[in-house]
Amino acid sequence: MTPLPPRLAVVAGLVPEGATVLDVGCADGRLLRYLRDAKGVDGRGIELDPERVSAALAHGLSVVQGDADRDLADFPTQSVDCAILSETLQATRAPHLVLDQLLRIGRRAIVSFPNFGHWRARLALLLGGRMPVTPALPESWHETENIHLCTIRDFRALAEARGARILSETYLAGDRRVRLHPNLMADHAILLLGRAEAPG
Amino acid sequence: MNAPLAHRTLRLPHDLPLDSGRILPRPVIAYETLGTLAPDGGNAILVFHALTGDQYVAQVHPLTGKPGWWANMVGPEKPIDPARHFVICANVIGGCMGSEGPASPNPATGRPWAIDFPVITIADMVRAQVALLDALGIGRLLAVIGGSMGGMQALQFASAYPDRARAVIAIATTARHSAQNIAFHEVGRQAIMADPDWCGGRFLEAGRTPVAGLAVARMAAHITYLSEAGLTERFGRRLQERDSVTFGFDADFQVESYLRHQGLSFTRRFDANSYLIITRAMDYFDLAHAHGGSLADAFRGATARFALVSFDSDWLYPTSESKRIVQALVAAGAHASFVELKSPHGHDSFLLEAPELARLVDGFLRAVETA
Repeated sequence: MTPLPPRLAVVAGLVPEGATVLDVGCADGRLLRYLRDAKGVDGRGIELDPERVSAALAHGLSVVQGDADRDLADFPTQSVDCAILSETLQATRAPHLVLDQLLRIGRRAIVSFPNFGHWRARLALLLGGRMPVTPALPESWHETENIHLCTIRDFRALAEARGARILSETYLAGDRRVRLHPNLMADHAILLLGRAEAPG
Repeated sequence: MNAPLAHRTLRLPHDLPLDSGRILPRPVIAYETLGTLAPDGGNAILVFHALTGDQYVAQVHPLTGKPGWWANMVGPEKPIDPARHFVICANVIGGCMGSEGPASPNPATGRPWAIDFPVITIADMVRAQVALLDALGIGRLLAVIGGSMGGMQALQFASAYPDRARAVIAIATTARHSAQNIAFHEVGRQAIMADPDWCGGRFLEAGRTPVAGLAVARMAAHITYLSEAGLTERFGRRLQERDSVTFGFDADFQVESYLRHQGLSFTRRFDANSYLIITRAMDYFDLAHAHGGSLADAFRGATARFALVSFDSDWLYPTSESKRIVQALVAAGAHASFVELKSPHGHDSFLLEAPELARLVDGFLRAVETA
């Protein structure tokens, strides 16, 4: 079993043993594979790219080709323990509706995303006057799939507005955890969410 | 038609009850196998054929001399490999390659069933093949797989026998025939029945063959198996061995010549009444209908892993139909995967050399085998 890169390791750490999982934007199923082999997780995935779906199938995973904006509606309500959206939120057409779907399908939602409030991004805009190209956001504005970038504060506000409760939050700068001023110092955020009206 | 061929057959030890309420008395099933059944039986794969296919999935066809219809999928070094798998493929009942069909003798009269052959369903075809598995002593399969009507059978199998296969692969298929699907089939049937040589269905006894009607049916259907882009790429408006149009109704265009050839060669290997019976079975197919209109309910309790595959240029059974099936499987809590592959070749893509399809089926099967 190959170890996961730090961001995925944080996500994996939030998934309980033996849980049922839906990984939205699961690529070739790297996280699902790890969760299955290390934690006995029963996982499903959604992935846009047919080649990656095919690769996931060859690893014995169940993955449906589809996209987060259109195809989440097919999944039954409260059908999995954890609905995971890893590095995909910012590439969706309607992040608020995708978040609603995650909170509907999963008893918990795990969302990880790049933080546009990171100092590198701010500095690039402030000093360069150009859209930031940083290690966390390596593509220029016209070719990136990231059409809905947000800061950590933006996301927290959205989560609250959509009736989510933040159960845990982890912030990273590269591979290191960030505790102070995450909206400035962290380039990635990983949040565990539940629904406000159904605590616990 | 043809001189009788020596197909490998098995007469079922019991009568076969049909969805219509009628009973097929101890039908004969023609089938072929490849490879060796593992001692635990765990390497058996049942391949379902499509409308005009048969049991010669990877072997040279005894009538046409051509390679098997799915030699791209089944054979040495292919995703379904007789070196590793025990492959079973049976001619559907109602067919004309040795299984009980309209050309078989009706035990009640000794004459061909012809138009008296019972109208059957996809479920009846599957029931007959499960009876074959029982007779051969094959229990839980590694997989069932099929494309088009073969995919319908795979879905029906998964629904009716939820514990009988570890994996279900349904390619370029649908869980119900649409109005458009039925409409095209009706054109074909009417063409056959309008041919005076059909003789009210009793052409075999009359010593005739409704060649023209059956050929037209095949030509119309064949268009639905291809895409507009595929036809344009292959034929365009090119003329057939001539420099200009002839101002007549000869096959001026290459596409006409091609279709006529397809139609005519089909009549040498297919029985017109089988064509009526099998297209009817496909038209009647609606997996949700048998479950109160809920397709998800058709898959409740399914234990298999499912792989659904569609092709983006297939307008006969388009991606939207595969997605409906996947939605139902997901809602039923089944382990379902789905991929839409790119291909310019329309519905026929599943039969052609398609590396992405081969890779997908190979990976999927190997994962199930090692699970």
